[in-house]
Amino acid sequence: MLTAANAAARAIGLHAGMAATQAQALVPDLLIMDADLEADRQALERLAIWSLRRYAPIIALDPPDGLMLDITGADHAHGGAMGVLRDILKRLAEVETAGRAVCAPAYGAAHALARYGADPFRVVDPLELADAIGDLPLAALRLDRATIMSLSKLGLETIADLEAMPRASLALRFGSKPGQRLDQAYGRASEPFEPIAAPERIEVERRFAEPIGAPETLARYTHKLVDQLCQQLEEAGVGARRLDLRFHRVDNGIEAIRAGLARPSRDRKQMGRLLCDRIETVDPGFGVERMLLAAPAVEPLRFRTISNLGDVPVPDVAALVDILGNRVGEERLYRYAARESDIPERSVTRIAPMADPTLLRWPERWPRPARLFARPEPIDTMALLPDHPPVHFIWRGIRRRVKRADGPERIYGEWHMSEAEWLSVRDYFLLEDETGARYWVFRQGDGMDSATGGQGWFLHGLFG
Amino acid sequence: MTERGARPHVAALRAKIAEIEGGDRRARSVLPFGIEVIDSKLPGGGLALGALHEVAGGAQGATDGAAAALFAAGIVGRISGSILWCMTQADLFAPAIAQAGLDPDRVIYVEARDETALLSCFEEGLRHGGLGGVVAEVARLSMTASRRLQLAAESTGTIGIAVRRWRRSAEASDLGQPTAAATRWRVTAVPSELLPVPGVGRHRWFVELIRCRAGESADFLVEACDATGCLALPADLADRSAASQAWAERAAS
Repeated sequence: MLTAANAAARAIGLHAGMAATQAQALVPDLLIMDADLEADRQALERLAIWSLRRYAPIIALDPPDGLMLDITGADHAHGGAMGVLRDILKRLAEVETAGRAVCAPAYGAAHALARYGADPFRVVDPLELADAIGDLPLAALRLDRATIMSLSKLGLETIADLEAMPRASLALRFGSKPGQRLDQAYGRASEPFEPIAAPERIEVERRFAEPIGAPETLARYTHKLVDQLCQQLEEAGVGARRLDLRFHRVDNGIEAIRAGLARPSRDRKQMGRLLCDRIETVDPGFGVERMLLAAPAVEPLRFRTISNLGDVPVPDVAALVDILGNRVGEERLYRYAARESDIPERSVTRIAPMADPTLLRWPERWPRPARLFARPEPIDTMALLPDHPPVHFIWRGIRRRVKRADGPERIYGEWHMSEAEWLSVRDYFLLEDETGARYWVFRQGDGMDSATGGQGWFLHGLFG
Repeated sequence: MTERGARPHVAALRAKIAEIEGGDRRARSVLPFGIEVIDSKLPGGGLALGALHEVAGGAQGATDGAAAALFAAGIVGRISGSILWCMTQADLFAPAIAQAGLDPDRVIYVEARDETALLSCFEEGLRHGGLGGVVAEVARLSMTASRRLQLAAESTGTIGIAVRRWRRSAEASDLGQPTAAATRWRVTAVPSELLPVPGVGRHRWFVELIRCRAGESADFLVEACDATGCLALPADLADRSAASQAWAERAAS
C-alpha cells in the first residue's frame, strides 16, 4: 500500500492508501521502498525540537505527520499568527517539503482543517470557526473507521450534520467519543497534551502542593525559578537567548510566556523583569500546580572586561531593547541602514536594533525629505516639458504656487531588479512654495518618451 | 538680591523650594546651541539635559512634523550615546535624519501600536539611563504624562524630546495646554535663503521658544541643521557663513 503521495505523484494518478500493485500497474517503472515508520517519527521529533526553539513554547507530536504548536503568547515575535504560519511554510519549502499550516482557536479544528480543509494556509478566528469546520467530512474528526462507516450509513456526511444530531441518542449508539471529538473541534472541551521537551534543554520546575493563582505569588515564584535557571546557565557557561515560562493549570490547561533577549544573558534582574512584565496576560484559571521555566535557545556567554576608570558604567542598551521588544513586538524595533540603491524607497532597510555597526552611508550631496510617503501621492501640475519644475501644483485640494525649485535629479530604474524597470526614469524636484513649505515631487518619465514612464507627477515627501 | 541676607525667612523659603523642586539633585548640565542669541535666552546657557522638551511644527508642520523631527535630530545628534526614537507612524526618511547630523547606527526606532504604548516606551527609555536621549512623536501629552516623563528624565539625566505631531491640523490647538516640559518650541519652515542663481538655498526655519521654565519666550530666524546638527544664523549675502557658502556652491553646481 502507498503511504504517501506528493504533488508530482498525485499528478500521475497515485494517492496515499492505493494498493502497491495497482500503483505499479499505473506507473510501470515505479520504485517502491518500504516505509520506515520509525525514521518518520524521529524526523518529526527533530522538526518539533527545531520548532520549539523557533516558534512556540508548547509543542506536541501528532503522529504520523503532524505537529501541534500552541502559539498563544509567542506569535508576536513573528508578527502574529499569520506570520508564524508563513514562516513555517517558507522554511519547509526551503528544504523542499510541502506543508499545510492552519491556526485555529481549538486544536481539534486546526487538526481537521490542516488535513481536510481546502486552504493549505489559513488563520481561523473564533467567530468563523463553526463555518470553517462545518463542511469538512466526518473523517476529519479523528474517529475510528467503524464509527465513521456507521455514521455515514445514517446519512451523516459532514461535521455540521453530526453537530445537528441530538447528543443523547448519539451517545447511546456510538458512545461518548463522537460528542467529545465534536466538542474538541468546536473548542468547547479542552484537550490535554504531553508537550515534548528538547533533550539538552536547560530548565527548572516547581510543583505546588496547593495550586497558586494570585499574580503576586506567580511573580514571586517566577523570580525563584529565574534564580535557579541562572545557576544552571552559569554551570553550563551559557547565556539565554529565549525564555519559556509555562504554567500548568489544575484543569490540564497550559499557559505560557515567551520572552526573547537581544544578547545572551544570565542577568537575574533583567530576566525576572521581562517575565513578570507579562504575568498579567496569564490566566491562572482554578490555580497553577506546576511552573516550568526553560531556556530553549542558549549561546555561549563570555566575560567582558569593564573598565571602571573615570566614567560611571552606563547600563547596557540591550536590556532596554529586550523590554521594549517584549512590549511592542521584536519586529517593531529596528535601526535604519543604507542600501546601495538610488531609488529612495529602496535605499533604506531595517536591521535588528543590536546589529553590528554598518559602514554604508547615504550620499549627502542632495538634500532628502524628512518624511517620505509610503505611496507617492498624485498631484496636478503645470510644468514646461521636458526639464522644468512645475509652476504650481494642487495637492490635497490646495493650489500651491512654486516660488523656487531645484532639480531635476534623475533616478533610473534598476534594470537588474526587474524587467519592467529597464527604461523607467523618475525626475525629482525640490519645490518651495510661497509660505516656505518644501516638497519633494517627481515626474514618472523623462518628459519626452512615454516608454520611460507615464509622465504623471507625484508628491513623494516633505522637507522640514 | 541684596535683601536676601536681611530677610532670612525668604531665603530659607527659597532654599526649601529649590530642595522640593530637586533642582540640585544632580549637577544640571546643558547642551548649548552654539548660537549666542539663542543660548542667552535659555537658563544655564543651553537646553537642560535631564529634562523634557517639546517641539511642534508650525503651519503645515503640525501634521507632518518634518521640521520638528529634524530640529530634534539636530539636538540629539550632538549628544553622545544611543538614541531611542519612538513613533506611531513610520514615515521618517532615514537619509534626512543622517543629513541633520544624527548617525543611523546610533538610533533605535520603536514603532508603537498606539499613543499609550508610545508613552510607555518613551518613559522606559528615559528611565533606563544608558541612552543619550529619547525622541518621541506624540500627539496628546497630558499634564500627568508629561510630569512622569519629566521626572524620569530628571532621575537619569537623559534628555527627552517630545515631537508634537497631530493627525489633523485642527488638533494642533492642543499645543496651548500646559505640560511639565522645561521648554516648548515651534519650528516653522520659511522661504529659504535667496541665491544669486535659480534654486533652493539652505533651508530656513522660524524657531519660536514659546515657553521656557525660568526664562522668557523668544523667536529666531535660523538656517536649518547642517550635517553636524548645528543651526546657524542667516548671514547677509555679502558676508555669509562658511556653511551657507558651501550650500550655495552645491546649489549652483
